[in-house]
Amino acid sequence: MTTWHEVLQKHGSLPAWPYPIRYGKERVLRTDVLILGGGIAGSHAAINARRRGVQVTVMEKCASKWSGNGGAGVDHWLSACTNPCSTVSPEDFTRRILADCGGYDCGPLRYINAREGWDALLDCERMGMQIRDTKGQFEGAAFRDNDTGLLFAYDYESRIDLRVYGHNVKPCLHQEMKRLGVQLLDRVMLTTLLTAESERGTRVVGAMGLHTRTGELVVVQAKATVLATGLPGRLWLFSTENRPTFRDPNLTAEGAAAAWNAGAAFALLETSYPDPSPMGYLAYGVGNAHNTWHGCSIVDANGVEVPWVDRDGVEFNGIEDRFRPSPDQDYTVGHGLRVPPSYENHVRELTPDLPERIRAGEFVLPLYADLTRLPAHERRAIFGLMVGNEGKTRIPVYDMLTKAGFDPDCDLLQAPVMPPEAYSHANFWSGLPHPQWHQWGSGGVVVDWDLKTNLEGFFAAGGAIFGAGAHSSAAASGRYAGRKAAHFAQAAPDEEIDSMQIEREKARVYAPLQDPGRDVLGWKELNAGICRVMQDCCGAARSRETLEQGLRLLEGLRESEAARTFAANPHELARTVECLSLLTAGEAVIHASLAREASSELLGFQRLDFPEVDPPAWEKLVTIRRARKGVEVEKLPLDVHLQTPNAASYEENYRLHAGLDDAGEGGGR
Amino acid sequence: MSTKVPMLPNPPVPNRAVSFDPDICTGCNRCVEICRSNVLMPNPERGAAPIVLYPDECWYCANCVEECPFPGAITLVHPLHQSISVIWKRIETGKEFRPGMKNPPPPADVDPPL
Repeated sequence: MTTWHEVLQKHGSLPAWPYPIRYGKERVLRTDVLILGGGIAGSHAAINARRRGVQVTVMEKCASKWSGNGGAGVDHWLSACTNPCSTVSPEDFTRRILADCGGYDCGPLRYINAREGWDALLDCERMGMQIRDTKGQFEGAAFRDNDTGLLFAYDYESRIDLRVYGHNVKPCLHQEMKRLGVQLLDRVMLTTLLTAESERGTRVVGAMGLHTRTGELVVVQAKATVLATGLPGRLWLFSTENRPTFRDPNLTAEGAAAAWNAGAAFALLETSYPDPSPMGYLAYGVGNAHNTWHGCSIVDANGVEVPWVDRDGVEFNGIEDRFRPSPDQDYTVGHGLRVPPSYENHVRELTPDLPERIRAGEFVLPLYADLTRLPAHERRAIFGLMVGNEGKTRIPVYDMLTKAGFDPDCDLLQAPVMPPEAYSHANFWSGLPHPQWHQWGSGGVVVDWDLKTNLEGFFAAGGAIFGAGAHSSAAASGRYAGRKAAHFAQAAPDEEIDSMQIEREKARVYAPLQDPGRDVLGWKELNAGICRVMQDCCGAARSRETLEQGLRLLEGLRESEAARTFAANPHELARTVECLSLLTAGEAVIHASLAREASSELLGFQRLDFPEVDPPAWEKLVTIRRARKGVEVEKLPLDVHLQTPNAASYEENYRLHAGLDDAGEGGGR
Repeated sequence: MSTKVPMLPNPPVPNRAVSFDPDICTGCNRCVEICRSNVLMPNPERGAAPIVLYPDECWYCANCVEECPFPGAITLVHPLHQSISVIWKRIETGKEFRPGMKNPPPPADVDPPL
């Protein structure tokens, strides 16, 4: 008797809201460094700022012990170029990734990841997370280094990607934040940044947040602020009913919206990727050979094995060869980094002509993941280490499957049954995309080599920065941004906050509590309506006319339906305010799409009115920001972070800016 | 079968996301405190299992299960449209299985995850 329906039928009356209601009340706090978002990036930022002796406050929408996109666990620690077994330098790796991305990526973010990701992992080890095979469970395995006990993934020769026991990474970070005396504001959702003189484009002097259980507003005045709110979701796709469960529904756009409203500059907001997620299957929980399951044997209904191929399409037999580069290849780039595949970075894969071979009858559906064909170490590494420590696999997959009777030594795990074209890539759980279904791409705030934005006192880390990355990138950039924010705060003066700014925000945030009387909407319908505008006007193909209509429709939603959206309790209020942020983020994405007057294959960006693909004049970072009046657009060279006044190499810029002290902070030494 | 029938909206999908065993759960609300989405609410009845108020917002991270001090008190229940395509086949017998099937096999005799 524990669903709401059951309780209602048993008791016959509505249970009262279980938390005190504090609408209209506000709590005012002061701190040195305010971290917005307490996920992986935010936690590392908080710990590293606090180690420098400043007061640190973390504003976290959920519960910081496990929250964040990476908070549910990590199995791969990618791009750890400075681990003692790596054969690849951070400089070389960063240049490779930037080349594969066509330059459309954030060089400093990639370099900091490659240079300092290993140090962030050592931090996690000191906090209690297991990062190596200390008990000799994988002794003798090709992916284990005997001196260090480190375990490798994807490429057993270059050894830059590690397999780790990270299911408890977030409780370890959380414990360390508490031990150091970081102030944690759990269940408080960012609603706005506070700026000096209430003006857009000026110094950021704090932020406001809404308590998702009580409705109380929290005002935090800060000398430095770090945006660590991760990747936005729910902008093109939203359904709570027939939905997959891969993405955290709490990932919305309040960080991006707040930064946009304050006048922060963004890049790559025009990028978005096809999102198959409505057709997705249980992530890592059905037969596949991708990411966490990379290297698993796949067989068809008759037990015929699907071959693996190298980058020249040549089939090979050895199972360990699935984890090696080609003889003339320097190294491979593992899954999960969101880098377009290239001949240079190619990871060995299932034969990509599988769809045609299924159609021709060579392979018969259903397909299965066959762990029994792997050597025992590889089997246990996939099902036990990787499935077991990756986010949402320990209980949702490993525990669920084995309790229901699945035995990796005796059973075949079926791949979903889909049309043949769905088998062109070994990530069989992702399903097939629809052209109008998109997801947030590489858009984020522009930063310099201090990971500082264009706004004074405002830094960023992890997915909030433009470009792409993964768990280790969030950790490393959080570590770096925490240092830089602390350094800034130590020298920065206090700034008073204009009370008008607070009053304006109070009126905005509490507006959905006013009963509009008639034609009332709930937050879910509003969210779905916003998504439809983005699907139609800012989906696979865009043009000036449709994008401008998108802006009109979003503005119309804001004036009409959003103004009629009613929140019956603090939870619904927070969800409604999220929708208001989605409206703002959608507008920013459309402005960015208008600003790029060219199509681009590398960006997956199509303008019907500018069909020429990747013309040289548009091989630029197009940055946009909300100015005091209108939107300002700037075109920057793709290697802006290596041009004057910056140094010409990543390494030299890092040396000049990293701000490491001698107290064992690493920096890849 | 009761003839007293109340008016209620349809149950949300997914219906429950997690399932509580009332014989094991003590109503300590550790799961309520950890849930990132506020899916679970404390039960007004003292000592009773929490109310699953927003199953439609569950991320299926299972942190509630992980935090629970009483094994078996909470079980994660994947939505049916997800769990129905989780299928495995015993190589030796060719028999198919799935979570939620009638007459399920016993749990596998395997080590816990690393």
